[in-house]
Amino acid sequence: MSAAIEVAHVSKKFRLFRERPSSLKQRVLSGHMRAEDFWALRDVSFAVEQGTSTGLIGHNGSGKTTLLKCIAGILRPTEGTIRYGGRVAALLELGAGFHPELTGRENVYLNAAFLGLSRHQTEAVYDDIVAFAEIEDFMDNQVKFFSSGMLVRLGFAVAVHVDPDVLLIDEVLAVGDEAFQKRCLDKIRSFQAEGRTIVLVTHALDTVVAVCERAVMLEHGAVHMQGTPLDVVAELRHRLLRDDPDFVAEVGSREVEIRDVTILPGDEPGQRLHPGQDLVIEVDLVAHEPVPAVDASFAVVSAHTNEVVLVGRTSDIGRTLGAVNGPRRVRFRVPATDWVGGKYFVSVGLEAPGGAPFHIQTQRYSFEAIEAERLPVPLLVEARFEVEDP
Amino acid sequence: MRARLRELWSYREILLNLVRKELKVKYTASVLGALWSVLNPIVFLAVFTFVVKILGNETPHYAVFLLSGLLAWNLFSVALGNGTRSVIDNGNLVKKVSFPREVLPLAVVGVALFDFVLQSAVLLCFMIVTGYGFHLAALLLYPLSFVTLVAFTTALTFWVAAVNVRYRDVQHLIGLALLVWFWMTPIVYPGGLVQDKLTAATAPFAPHLWTAYLLNPLTPIISGFQRALYFTVTWPPTATTPHAVRVLPDVSIALLSGVIGLVLAGSLALLYATWRLFFRLSGDFAEEL
Repeated sequence: MSAAIEVAHVSKKFRLFRERPSSLKQRVLSGHMRAEDFWALRDVSFAVEQGTSTGLIGHNGSGKTTLLKCIAGILRPTEGTIRYGGRVAALLELGAGFHPELTGRENVYLNAAFLGLSRHQTEAVYDDIVAFAEIEDFMDNQVKFFSSGMLVRLGFAVAVHVDPDVLLIDEVLAVGDEAFQKRCLDKIRSFQAEGRTIVLVTHALDTVVAVCERAVMLEHGAVHMQGTPLDVVAELRHRLLRDDPDFVAEVGSREVEIRDVTILPGDEPGQRLHPGQDLVIEVDLVAHEPVPAVDASFAVVSAHTNEVVLVGRTSDIGRTLGAVNGPRRVRFRVPATDWVGGKYFVSVGLEAPGGAPFHIQTQRYSFEAIEAERLPVPLLVEARFEVEDP
Repeated sequence: MRARLRELWSYREILLNLVRKELKVKYTASVLGALWSVLNPIVFLAVFTFVVKILGNETPHYAVFLLSGLLAWNLFSVALGNGTRSVIDNGNLVKKVSFPREVLPLAVVGVALFDFVLQSAVLLCFMIVTGYGFHLAALLLYPLSFVTLVAFTTALTFWVAAVNVRYRDVQHLIGLALLVWFWMTPIVYPGGLVQDKLTAATAPFAPHLWTAYLLNPLTPIISGFQRALYFTVTWPPTATTPHAVRVLPDVSIALLSGVIGLVLAGSLALLYATWRLFFRLSGDFAEEL
């Protein structure tokens, strides 16, 4: 397989003007323009293989759209090069360039031309476009009379009937109702089935996991991580959680303090939990002053769904650690079970029973569960029979 | 440059579509549509034919003289005026779609050309109907003048369109510049008169003034159009006007062709330079809008 897009050491510098001098007079008077350089992209390198789909994800302002615009050829990178292995069509906005005074039909031709279709090619797919947009009756009306939903449908219909080797999509899927989004996804899947290359910028992380084979996460304009969508999305979700103002990494009075937490898959130190292994979480703690009782707890959160999958608390079984003074070690053991593969975060807490927290660390530790190879039989439940004679 | 030309050629559909769009938008919701383009010169011809009849004017067949130069000037000024804003007005496209930005100013020139052709057809009809007549040898100047005008117009349009993105002064400047330029070019007044006055003046620098006047590239171009259509350099004395009337500059067709040829060469060089400048600046359009 060859690369459909090769991004090599791409950086993009924007000049930010406090008040942009857009006239000669301002330029002359201000002499040297007071501009600040802002690097929207820094030394970004990655490759997209032919026929694969890649998701570009990241926080707001991480440089995703700037990168996509560079790939699309709308922005020129300040440094670095981008190489292509085919015709690129960019969908940055549905119906970009629709003119309100023109009819739907005229706009289809105009829009298709901008996306690289000749008049003949447009004629050939015109009926399909109209059918896809489901607005046959309005094609000879000026689009200024169209509803915004009709405009979006028409824009998408034109876009998906353009015949590119590489399709760049920016947040297009975020518009429209659910039925429309589903049709967009269906269309993307059929594009994939035809062996086309797709680069997708979106905040819909589940879409990235569902659609893409690879994901690239940008942070502050640099590639923070690239890999399988599951891993990269997990990383971004974790980051997003950390940036949440409501998220508190550590709280507590620290009379009793967590010193160290070790994840011990199958009682051995490590990061990977293999099928059949017990999950052991070992908490080293120290009480700086004598306390009558400590309730220790833990929680396991799936990085993919961001949901708590497991909680445990000593008080659940009617126990506490009892009076603690000085160091103590507590070990939680989760018997081997059918983990869904992926990354998990572990939170650990120490509290006075039914009272104030001594020390809680939220999602500070992590491990990766390896999924058991599933048997081809979907259910392995032993059935028990009871036969009763009436 | 070759590769760039080939790419531009592959985007000719966009160019055609843009021209079509501009024309449609221009005449949308108007009953007469493109007829307005034709009405403009018709009214000009009618008004000037009668006004001159009533007020009297030194220049015989003033309507033909005026229109033969004015239509060329309109092509130039409309393309330049609209071209200045061509990139800014299509900001949404520039920010969202990748295509050679050159098509934006080129489309403006295309629209101006469309009007020029329509209006020239009106003028030609008028000349045939009124029996003004044509001179084949002089008509040969027409294609040369036309090509030169288009090259010069396109070159300047590229330049103003590119520079206006960063310095919006240009669009105001162009309005004023076109006003001055219009009166510096022999369109409403006969160029021959200027030649006579300047060369006959006794001041030692007067001949240089005539040379300076000719430095305006539009003077030979417009004179070329006038020579091709209006043709007559000097009208002989008649019963109503006892003295000869000079209208066009007194130069041979060969010399005029040579001068226009020089302007054409200069325009092509300028076109190359401004096109390169446009291309260089166009990389930043998306972020400056």
